[in-house]
Amino acid sequence: MTKIHKAFENGKAFIPFITCGDPDLETTKEIVKAAAENGADLIELGIPFSDPTAEGPVIQGANIRALKGGVNTDKIFDLVRELRKEITIPLVFMTYANVVFSYDADKFIKTCSEVGIDGLILPDIPFEEKEEFLPICHKYDVALISLIAPTSDKRVGMIAKEAEGFIYLVSSLGVTGVRSEINSDLSSIVKVIRENTDVPCAIGFGISTPQQAYDMAALSDGAIVGSAIIKIIEKYGKDAPKYVGAYVRSMKDAANS
Amino acid sequence: MTNLNGRFGIHGGQYIPETLMNAVTELEEAYNKYKDDPDFCMELETLFNDYAGRPSLLYYAENMSKDLGGAKIYLKREDLNHTGAHKINNVLGQALLAKKMGKTRLIAETGAGQHGVATATAAALMGMECVVFMGEEDTKRQALNVYRMKLLGADVIPVKTGTATLKDAVSEAMREWTKRIDDTHYCLGSVMGPHPFPTIVRDFQAVISKEIKQQMLAKEGRLPDAVIACVGGGSNAIGSFYHFIEDKDVRLIGCEAAGRGIDTFETAATISTGKLGIFHGMKSYFCQDDHGQIAPVYSISAGLDYPGVGPEHAYLYDTGRAEYTAITDDEAVNAFEYLSKKEGIIPAIESSHAVAYAMKLAPTLDKDKIIVITISGRGDKDCAAIARYKGVDIYD
Repeated sequence: MTKIHKAFENGKAFIPFITCGDPDLETTKEIVKAAAENGADLIELGIPFSDPTAEGPVIQGANIRALKGGVNTDKIFDLVRELRKEITIPLVFMTYANVVFSYDADKFIKTCSEVGIDGLILPDIPFEEKEEFLPICHKYDVALISLIAPTSDKRVGMIAKEAEGFIYLVSSLGVTGVRSEINSDLSSIVKVIRENTDVPCAIGFGISTPQQAYDMAALSDGAIVGSAIIKIIEKYGKDAPKYVGAYVRSMKDAANS
Repeated sequence: MTNLNGRFGIHGGQYIPETLMNAVTELEEAYNKYKDDPDFCMELETLFNDYAGRPSLLYYAENMSKDLGGAKIYLKREDLNHTGAHKINNVLGQALLAKKMGKTRLIAETGAGQHGVATATAAALMGMECVVFMGEEDTKRQALNVYRMKLLGADVIPVKTGTATLKDAVSEAMREWTKRIDDTHYCLGSVMGPHPFPTIVRDFQAVISKEIKQQMLAKEGRLPDAVIACVGGGSNAIGSFYHFIEDKDVRLIGCEAAGRGIDTFETAATISTGKLGIFHGMKSYFCQDDHGQIAPVYSISAGLDYPGVGPEHAYLYDTGRAEYTAITDDEAVNAFEYLSKKEGIIPAIESSHAVAYAMKLAPTLDKDKIIVITISGRGDKDCAAIARYKGVDIYD
């Protein structure tokens, strides 16, 4: 049993996503700390990938900036080792299958466990392919997070039944990015999830405003925000930690208002 | 050859976002429903014969054979198909299938532009909307094909991300598909991506080897000793190989793009230089760095400029059933000029990679041996780029 459930014990969870190494690893470290100090319940750390096919332009840009800056998987493991001296909230990696596979999946997931990573989100590993990594995740007690989409339809129950850690409910069709409106019928999907599992469920994709955080958290157990935070980092660079901290505070408060 | 989960040995699979899973399942169910349906098969065969101009010729290249002084060389003339390449075979099949599924919009990626032109053509014919994603770099290299697609009524979206070539066009088409699934079919152009695409595209391209076999038996009364085709994702190659896979005496040879050489970073030879990975929906071989980042690849040929290879090729390589070799830009350009001068046939720069290998192989074989080269497309689209490569600036 991982400690991911702890993220859902302080009211509605607020989960920020941060691309490691954008603009540099030192700044990432300060941003993660600022987010944790300001109420983030769990943090998704992105390991950049050259061709992130599930991402919109904002996070694609962060991936490119981070890779140009020279980050790699080993440097990100070192970052987590450093962070774990000061931070206790659950941390998960969000990356693509090839980053894990090419590192040697056993070695990658074992190292996750050693440095204090509690889960993995891999958008290109659907239910049908999870055996690629699931046995190794079980071996080292790292949760493989399941995603459910507005198009999942009859698959929702099947995925929810076997979910671990938390369920990442994708709010909308398409890729990551800020959206002015979220139109999917999420409440009926959450209902099916609830019928099939006690694992908590957080909603992500398209969320940027406190109102959206409130609406999504009201439907589920929490809200996940990526692109809106990456935009703050893109705008303020090395000065971003305090701005991200203030944003996280406002979103955590809104989710629980 | 494919098992239930779309595996070719360890390769293949469905490594895609959850958002797309029902779409590929729906596609697989529709394909299984229609592939053996007599009406669907008849409709497709009529399109092949009356619209695309099939069967394509199997031509004995006598001048080339005599000049090289070895094996008899036959050319499978996919360049004579409507739209000038083998791509139309797959596109007519997929567009017809999409129409049966009630889709009204086709999206596609394209490298050299041949698949984009073929998709735009099928969309025009069947009254469907069409959007083609093309790397910005490729829109410059293949400006004529961009114009053709627009003329046919398609929207062409230049992709500026990454290396602005074929892999980025695939990524962007996948992103577009996740945004709009209900009315849209992603008409993937090669034997790659998530299951069921590698199987569907192979089946529609397998008409190439089916015809080669019939034509060769009619002309020579026997099977060829070798079949040679170029490999990017590998659709014309798998189409050329498929009906010979069980004929173990027929050598199957795929020619990858070595670019400036497989010992340089400017190459697109996946099997020669890549390693096992997971990308674009499939497990297969990919050009990548030590941390799994997909490598920028290079070839003079926009159609072979892709960092991966279809999963069935990866499997044929693993089992040793097919051989794969790499041809440099220089060798391909030389073959482009050679076939033009010797036979009066201007091959696509992609196909020229297969011609180049045949030029090495033929002289080493006896005169009673027979090799078939698939000329996957015509080379008119490449003339301006080859002229530039040779230092001649012509009006494009």
